[in-house]
Amino acid sequence: MGWTKKHLLDIESLTAEEIITVLDTARGFKAVGERAIKKVPALRGKTVVNLFVEPSTRTRISFELAAQRLSADIVNFSAEASSFKKGETLKDTALNLEALNADFIIIRHSASGAPHFLTRVVDAHVINAGDGAHEHPTQALLDVFTIREKKGRIAGLNVTILGDILYSRVARSDIWALTKLGANVTLCGPSTLVPKTFEQMGCRVTHDVDEAIRDADIINLLRIQHERQRKTMFPSIGEYTQLFGLNQARLARTRPDALIMHPGPINRGVEIDSEIADCGRSVILEQVTNGLAVRMAVLFLVNGGKTSPEIAV
Amino acid sequence: MPESVVILDAVAIQRALTRIAHEIAERNEQSTDVVLVGIPLLGDHLAFRLGKILAGIWNQPVPVGVLDTTLHRDDLDQRTAPTIHPTDIPFDVTGKTVVFVDDVLFTGRTTRAAMDALNDFGRPRKIQLAVLVDRGHRELPIKADFIGKNVPTALDEKIAMLLTEAGAAKDEVILKKMTNH
Repeated sequence: MGWTKKHLLDIESLTAEEIITVLDTARGFKAVGERAIKKVPALRGKTVVNLFVEPSTRTRISFELAAQRLSADIVNFSAEASSFKKGETLKDTALNLEALNADFIIIRHSASGAPHFLTRVVDAHVINAGDGAHEHPTQALLDVFTIREKKGRIAGLNVTILGDILYSRVARSDIWALTKLGANVTLCGPSTLVPKTFEQMGCRVTHDVDEAIRDADIINLLRIQHERQRKTMFPSIGEYTQLFGLNQARLARTRPDALIMHPGPINRGVEIDSEIADCGRSVILEQVTNGLAVRMAVLFLVNGGKTSPEIAV
Repeated sequence: MPESVVILDAVAIQRALTRIAHEIAERNEQSTDVVLVGIPLLGDHLAFRLGKILAGIWNQPVPVGVLDTTLHRDDLDQRTAPTIHPTDIPFDVTGKTVVFVDDVLFTGRTTRAAMDALNDFGRPRKIQLAVLVDRGHRELPIKADFIGKNVPTALDEKIAMLLTEAGAAKDEVILKKMTNH
């Protein structure tokens, strides 16, 4: 029990105990969100900067609300309307934010490792809100929080992650978190997007969707990321939906208590049928609610963390 | 080598709580207005015990809630992030006399945080404070209304409270003297 890290950069470097500490802390913050007055003074007087160099709506809003509910001041910084357009480097931008006495920098960047780089440039607490295809740690934390809340445990559960694994930072963070907590992880999707090399992370890899979801307790669907694919990795969206999309016929062959998750934004009619996204087994909107509690917990915990974690360069 | 002295045993703890309950009843004649709010980790257990005794005195149930003060502390910057405990106040505190119940009164900072935290749940008519042990060394202008035992202490001494609800074999309050030579 306990948290000593100054930053949250990835799930890979966390221990199972540290992940559990975040989940337990988030449970307290979820209760705060259910009160009439949803704001607590824990980070009063602190300044949080949302440095989103890559577009995002839900993660940015979630962090923004999390900071506000902790009574911190928050500034949003987006790539479209910023000095990046004028050629400023990430380092110079970060130093400018530090000159304004930012206490926390929440960064999303298209380059893997950008948050790690920031920790060597600034003294502020750095939180990774998604870096390239590397990691998206708060998404994984909210996913395991949701699973634990719904199923009462993580260890021993069969979790199937279905879709674009190759380009997905969510998949990588989920795999680290789930395997550290003892779940059995199966990856499934087109062979071009789910290479066998992922077996090295301790997962099972299959390209047969019906087999992948048959015994699953959790089916986590990932979005096909058009923006990250430099060339077409499968013939057509229609074919992907045909072969890997979650439809009623496939759902009927899963366990009746299997839960459907999706980090959003969902592509209705592509990776998931519209009715399934809205059905009782879907916990997609609860993931959003839990994301807020988890991000409050992360801000609260890193604020108390004094020692810098070892960073593998 | 630390030297330990038992300052309250199980019987003395029970007797102190009974006396506190009678004092609360004497001070607050309108019994329907009184609610107890315990402060974790141990004050919540003591609040439930006090609630039972008071219910016997007044012949009616006494509402008991639990209030976590962690997020309202003024020393969050100076320590590793503390554990958050659940808050559960299943009644409206507005217009009530809220009696905070805590295990040990020391600097007074927890009580200040509790008063701040309670603001989010309504505006009580009065707040009173009941503690099992008052060890002195206040850093804020805060005073207990009901005290189980006054224990003069040195700053480097520690008070350990063991309660069966928290997994101890028996109830006990121990003063640990830290001798440096």
